[in-house]
Formats: sequence, structure tokens, C-alpha cells
Amino acid sequence: MRDTVDAPVIQAQDLCLTFTTNDGPVHALKDVTLSIGKGDFVSFIGPSGCGKTTLLRVIADLEQPTAGTITVNGMTPDAARKARAYGYVFQAAGLYPWRTIEGNVTLPLEIMGYSREERQRRAARVLELVELKGFERKFPWQLSGGMQQRASIARALAFDADILLMDEPFGALDEIVRDRLNEEVLKLWARTEKTICFVTHSIPEAVYLSTKIVVMSPRPGRITDIIDSPLPRERPLDIRDSPEFIDIAHRVREGLRAGHIDA
Amino acid sequence: MIRLLAEVITSMHAGFWQKGGMIVALGYALWRSYGGEQPLAAILGVTAAIVLATMHETLRRRAGLALALNLTGIALALALAGQGLVSALPLADTGTVAGLMVSIWLGGWMLVAMLADLPRRPGLAGRLQGLLTPLVFGVTLIWLWEAAVRALSVPRVILPPPSMIGTRLVSATDILWVDLVQTFVKGALSGFAIGCGAAIVFALVVDRFGFLRRGLLPVGNFLAALPIIGTAPIFVMWFGFDWPSKAAVVVAMVFFPMLVNTVQGLAASEPMQRDLMRTWSASWVQALIFLRLPAAMPFIFNGLKISATLALIGAIVAEFFGSPTRGMGFRISTEVGRLQLDMVWAEITMAALAGSAFYGFWALLERRVTFWHPSQRGR
Amino acid sequence: MKSVLPVLTVTLTLIALWYAAVVPMNAQWERDQATRGGYTLTNAELISRTMTQSRPRLPAPHQVVGELWASTWVEERHGRRGWWNTGSLSNRSLVYHGWVTLSATFLGFVIGTGLGVALAVGIVYNRAMDASVMPWAIASQTIPIIALAPMIIVVLNSVGISGLLPKAVIAAYLSFFPVVVGMVKGLRAPDAMQLDQMKTWNASGVQGFLKLRLPSSMPYFFASMKIGIAAALVGTIVGELPVQQGGLGVRLLSGSYFGQTLQIWAALFAAAILAATLVGVVGLIQRVTLRRMGLAP
Repeated sequence: MRDTVDAPVIQAQDLCLTFTTNDGPVHALKDVTLSIGKGDFVSFIGPSGCGKTTLLRVIADLEQPTAGTITVNGMTPDAARKARAYGYVFQAAGLYPWRTIEGNVTLPLEIMGYSREERQRRAARVLELVELKGFERKFPWQLSGGMQQRASIARALAFDADILLMDEPFGALDEIVRDRLNEEVLKLWARTEKTICFVTHSIPEAVYLSTKIVVMSPRPGRITDIIDSPLPRERPLDIRDSPEFIDIAHRVREGLRAGHIDA
Repeated sequence: MIRLLAEVITSMHAGFWQKGGMIVALGYALWRSYGGEQPLAAILGVTAAIVLATMHETLRRRAGLALALNLTGIALALALAGQGLVSALPLADTGTVAGLMVSIWLGGWMLVAMLADLPRRPGLAGRLQGLLTPLVFGVTLIWLWEAAVRALSVPRVILPPPSMIGTRLVSATDILWVDLVQTFVKGALSGFAIGCGAAIVFALVVDRFGFLRRGLLPVGNFLAALPIIGTAPIFVMWFGFDWPSKAAVVVAMVFFPMLVNTVQGLAASEPMQRDLMRTWSASWVQALIFLRLPAAMPFIFNGLKISATLALIGAIVAEFFGSPTRGMGFRISTEVGRLQLDMVWAEITMAALAGSAFYGFWALLERRVTFWHPSQRGR
Repeated sequence: MKSVLPVLTVTLTLIALWYAAVVPMNAQWERDQATRGGYTLTNAELISRTMTQSRPRLPAPHQVVGELWASTWVEERHGRRGWWNTGSLSNRSLVYHGWVTLSATFLGFVIGTGLGVALAVGIVYNRAMDASVMPWAIASQTIPIIALAPMIIVVLNSVGISGLLPKAVIAAYLSFFPVVVGMVKGLRAPDAMQLDQMKTWNASGVQGFLKLRLPSSMPYFFASMKIGIAAALVGTIVGELPVQQGGLGVRLLSGSYFGQTLQIWAALFAAAILAATLVGVVGLIQRVTLRRMGLAP
């Protein structure tokens, strides 16, 4: 385990977010306090409606909290967004059908004003990182779902933000592709030493990937348990059969159940 | 008993009815013209029928060259029957004419059916094949028209034969050209450019203000369904008889369909993709150029295609309310008054050609620009 | 319901812009009158006079509404030739002309829609028709077929067919093609899975048509009917121009001959109200039908 003594990358204190709907207020987040250190791989897990995606969106400045404070890299989320502090991967690949794979990866770079050579250099590097070399000239709709999602990860990596926010990135993919991509994400994390926040509703996925698992429950959306994983950073796929793995998975399941009974 | 009959009927191939009908029609024609002066037509027709009847079966089994030969044979036989009809028939009686016409129709239709049944080839050949069937159908129709008008001596003030319209198209090129420039280039094109351009610019403004968008979309949709063409007399009064009034009508007609489509298109990008733009802290202009305009293109082209047809309609109809002594609408209404219907048809042909060419231009451009859209892929 | 306020605002803004345009459009004539008559006008006088001209270049909204009222209720109730006094509609009232237009539009629309649906069924079930007729049906949408209108009227007139029918023919063929294209799309809307399911139940062709294709085509049918009826109205109005036997088209044309701007605007608004009502009625039937079929909320 790394020491997380130095200043946390993401720090939330008593964070609340209430949506007003026609059926009255909905407490999407209530009193969320959380600290994420540099290089952590944090998974947010919980049933739908528990606020895990909302929390990620608050970190990304896509939603504004109604109470509490949050800092990203020591700044407000708004300032962090403008400083291009993070890459965001959505559940669907969300690639632009009118751009090639390379064009999609270079799009954020184009918006951020990188030179043409730099854009091409970086695109080549991240496409190699996600093993999409040779597909630069293809259009997204000519690729499989798994490849599209890899391209969207490449796009999030392209501008070298040190935080990667992933919102159920593999939720729409089948189990086999998902396992492979999980392995690749771990490799990527080891190589790039980024801080990753990962939303999922799969227990094995959360345990396999994370150094820290945040268990959440709905109505109101809140954190019920934070589990620091004792698993080593090097994780072959068969670690999922080890007793430690099963222990953590069990604890996550307990946390989810407790949250469910409360609600 | 009834059930048995129904089964027999359904088990017969469609070709049976076409073949059978054709043979019966030709037999009738032959019988009627037996003692007449011109049996040639009927003989040719029967030959055609026999050729057709035998070839339809062989066609199903053979391929390649044999197929091409058969098709040529059928076309030739049809041509002979038609020629016989056209040259012989002022002399023959109505029954023969009707019989022969029905047989031409059935023969042409059989050819169409066969062409439609052919396995589709890949690539350019397939595309040409797809064009061939409607073309044969169109030619059959025109031919039937020609033959019917001549054989039944239809007065030219009611329906001129296609050959006469063709002659007029060639001989009156200069007038047709002047009219085309006046109506299409000056009236329709300028109005189209102004109307669509203004609508797109206005849509960008509307898009910045949600309130305006919510208010203008229903109003625009409502106005787009109204007979805006009725404003023509008003614009003629304001801008005079020449092309500016026509352009103004066109502007009024195309503005709202174009505005509604563009505004809808600008809202068409997915929220997720807009969020992505936000995470990159892209400016409004950047989000517009990189995301929302490309995503709006299918809608914008839809609006352009609708406007392309409306533009010519507006320009022509506006001329019915007053125009200088040239223009397609002017020519149509005056030549109708002088009962010069071949000129009217020539003018309509020109309008059809200009209209479909203009539409085709936008459709082709659309295919190039929105190649990525599901509706354009895999063609 | 959330859009009521924005729509109201936009509509009011449009009316305000219209009023604002009335003054400059009509001011020149008033100034000329003043110079000719040798009197001067204050601004207030000028503005109020531009709103009350009898032949304005641009009539004010209230003038158009007044003319609409005068040529419908007032004409029929109090007019010498009105319904109240003679028992038949006055040929100077928009009720009469609107009825002439409406009847031809409706007849043509019914014919055109019926034929269009029939052809669409043929196209969906017959490959040869699909390959030969469908391209022409699509191409005919791109050409200004309305240019045929004057000829059809005159030719049918010369063979002794006049009155309602020629206009209905034009209305029919203008509403015909949108219905064909929309219905073909609608009848083909069921996907391969649904068609296969019908096959597993060994459904007959008629059953497949009645239980699957026809219901799934309904949203397309109504959408194309809305386009079709608006097109039929335009066709009727244009068809009324060459032979002047009543109708809103005639009011438009005669108004422009004699410079009766108020008459033009009133006829234009009558046509717009007619179009909105017709499209609205189709939309209402659509809502009720689709809701009953469970296809709409």
C-alpha cells in the first residue's frame, strides 16, 4: 500500500445534494465525507439511486452540491475542471460518429489547443496503451462495443489528467469483454499511476480493481462503509479465488445489505 | 369446393395471371382484327405473347448471357407490339386497341416483375439494376400514353402525346431556358438562400435562449403547417411583379421549416456528449463547432431538402398571382389559356427536372456530410 | 403545459412587431395625402391614421380581425344576400368561400388517402410494385407537381367536368404521395423479430397484416395524413385560381386584382384557420386512436 499522508486529491466534507422534483425533494447525497489519496483506485458501489454517479458528477463539476465542501486537487471542482484535472469516461462510449477513432481521441486536445504534431503523438501513445493501434482510421460504428469503450478511455487519457473518473464504463458490455477490460484498466493504472474513481454495481469488479471500496446506499444517498483493500497492487485474474478476495467481497455484500435494511 | 378453388388460386404463381391475361388480351385483339385490313399488329402481338410466355419459364433457370438475351427478346417483342399498335390502329376498332393496350401493359409489367425478381448484384451493377426497374416501368407508362393518345385520336388540347412534348422541349429551348432562369435561379434559388440562411442564423440565436426556444418551436411548427403560399398576392403587391416578390414568397415558405429543423438539430446531441464537452471546459463556440453543429447536420439537411421542394413550388405558384411575361408559372397559366398543352407539359417537365436536380444535389451532399448517420450507412 | 408562457410571449411579440411594422408601411400614403390636401399631420395623427386605412399596404391585426368578422357573421346575419335573409350562404362571405374550399379539400383528401393506402399495401406485398412504383412515388415528392394544377382544371373543364371534382382531383394527388410514402414506411415498421414471431404462430397473411403491420403503421399513417391534408388544402386553393367559381383561392386572387388588401388578408387568415383546424382535427383523432391502441400516453 502507498502512504496517503500527503494532501488528498479529492476531499469531500458533509456533502449534500438535494434535487427538487415535482414529487418533492430527493436527497441524492447526504452528509458524504470522503478523502481520496493520490494513486488510489476507489470504487463506488451500491444499488441504483444511491448517489454514486451523482457523487462522481459533483467531483466533475457536472452537478453543484447544495451543502458541504469538496475540493479536487485542492481547488474547487469548477477550477479543477477548467485546469483540466480529470478525464471522464461515461457508461456509453459516446464517441462522435462523424470522427475517426483518432479524430475522437484528438478532439479534447484540439479543444485545449494542442498543436497538430502533439495531438498525433499523444493519440498514437494512448491508442497503443489501450491496444487500438491500427484502428486510427476506422469510424466508431465500425468497431465492437468493447473497442469503442477502450477508445473512449484513450480519449480520457489523452490529455494527461492525473484523475480518471469512470462511471460504470463497462456496464453495457458482456462478462468476457468486461474481464479483459478490467485487467487492462489495472495495467493502465499501474503504468500511469493515476488516481481513479470508478462507479460500478458489480461486487467482484469493485473488489478486484480497488484499493478502496466505498459502499453506498439509497434514500438518502450516503456512504455506509469504506473498505481499504489489503490485496496487493499486482492482481492476476485468479486472485478472485483467494480467501482474502472472498472476505472483502463478503464485507461489501454485508455493507450493501445493511444499507438496504436501513432504507 | 370453395376451399379447393381458393387453394388452386393461391397456388398459382403471379406470372400465371400476367401470362394468361396477356394471351387472352392478344387473342381477343386477333379475333377482332381477323377480317380487318391490318392484321399485322395482332400477329406481332401474338408473337410477342408467345415469346414472353416461353421465356418467363426459361428465365427462372438460366443465368448470365441467356438472361440478357431473353430480356432483350422481351423488350424487342414489346417494341414490335407497340409499333404495330401505333402504326395500325387508327384503322382498327376500339376493341382491338383495348386488347393490344392491355397486352402491352401486361407485357411491360411482366418485364418489370422479372427484373424485380433478379438477384441483386453488389456494387455499381446493383445500383444500376435498381434504377432499371423503375425506368422500364416509366417507359412502359409513357409508351402506353403515346399509343393510347394516337390510337384513340385524343384531341391535343386534352392530352398531347409524349413525342409531341419531346419535340416542344427541343424546339422551344430558348423560351424554356429564359423561364427557368426567371423562376428557378432568380426566384427560387435566391429565396431559398436568403430564407435558409436567415433561419439557420436565427436558430443559433434562439438556441442560446431556452425560453425563446420553448416558445418558438410550437409557433414555428404551427406556422409551417399553414398555407403560407397564400401570402403570394401580398408579396406581389409589395415587391412588384418581377422576381423579388417570388423570392419573398419562397423566403416566407422555407423559413419556418428550416428554423424548426435547425433548432431541433441543435438540441439533438446527447446530454452525455454535452457533459463531456463540459469536462473538457470547452467554450460555447467550441462545443458548437465540434459537437452540436455536426450532430445537427441530419436535421439541417432534412430542412434543406424540404425547403428545396417548397422553393420551386412557391416560385411557380407566386407567378400565378402576377409576373412579368416570362417564368414557369406565367408560361403554364398563359399556355393553358391558349390550349397549347404541349408547351405546358414541356414546362412541367423542366420544372420536374429542375426540382429533382436541386433536391438530388442536397441529398448527395447530405450523403457526403452525414455519412456517419445510421440512415446513411451501409448504402 | 410548461411552454404556455413562452408560446404566449412569442405570439404577443409577433403581433407587436406586426403593429410596429404597420406605421412605416402605411405612412408614405398618409404623407402624400397630407401634401396633396395641404394639411400637416402630427405624429399621433399619422400613427392613428395608418391603422385605419381602407386599402393599407399592411393592415393592422385588428383590421384583419374586423374584416374576418364582417365577412362572416355580419355578412350572413345582416347582409342582403346573407343566410339570415335569403336562407342560403352569401357569395360575399368567407363562410361560403371557406365551405367551397373545405368540401373540395376534404373530398380530395379522402380519395387521395384511400388510394395512397391501397397503393402502399400493394407496394409492401408485391416486389415488382415496390421496385417499379416506389422510386417514382419518392421522386414525385421532389418535384413541384402543383404546377399541373391549372392544366388539370382547364382540361377537365373542357371535357365538361367542372365544379368540385377537378379541385378534388388536385387535392387528391397532392395528398396521395405523402400518404403512400408514409404508409409504406409504417407497414414496414415491424422488425424482423416481430415478423418471425407471427410466423411461429403460423399466422396467415391477412392476420399478419391486421394484427401486426396495420397497427404498427398507425403513427406513420397519422403523421402522413397531417402532411396530406395540409397539402390537399394548398392544392385546392391553387386549383381555384384558373377557373373562378368561388373558394378562398378566388378571394385571394380577386383581392389582388382590385387591390383589396383587407380581403386578401382575411382570406389568408381564413385559409390558415382552416388549415390549423384540419390538421388539429387529424391530430385529435391521432391522439385518441393511439391512446386507445396504447401507442401514446
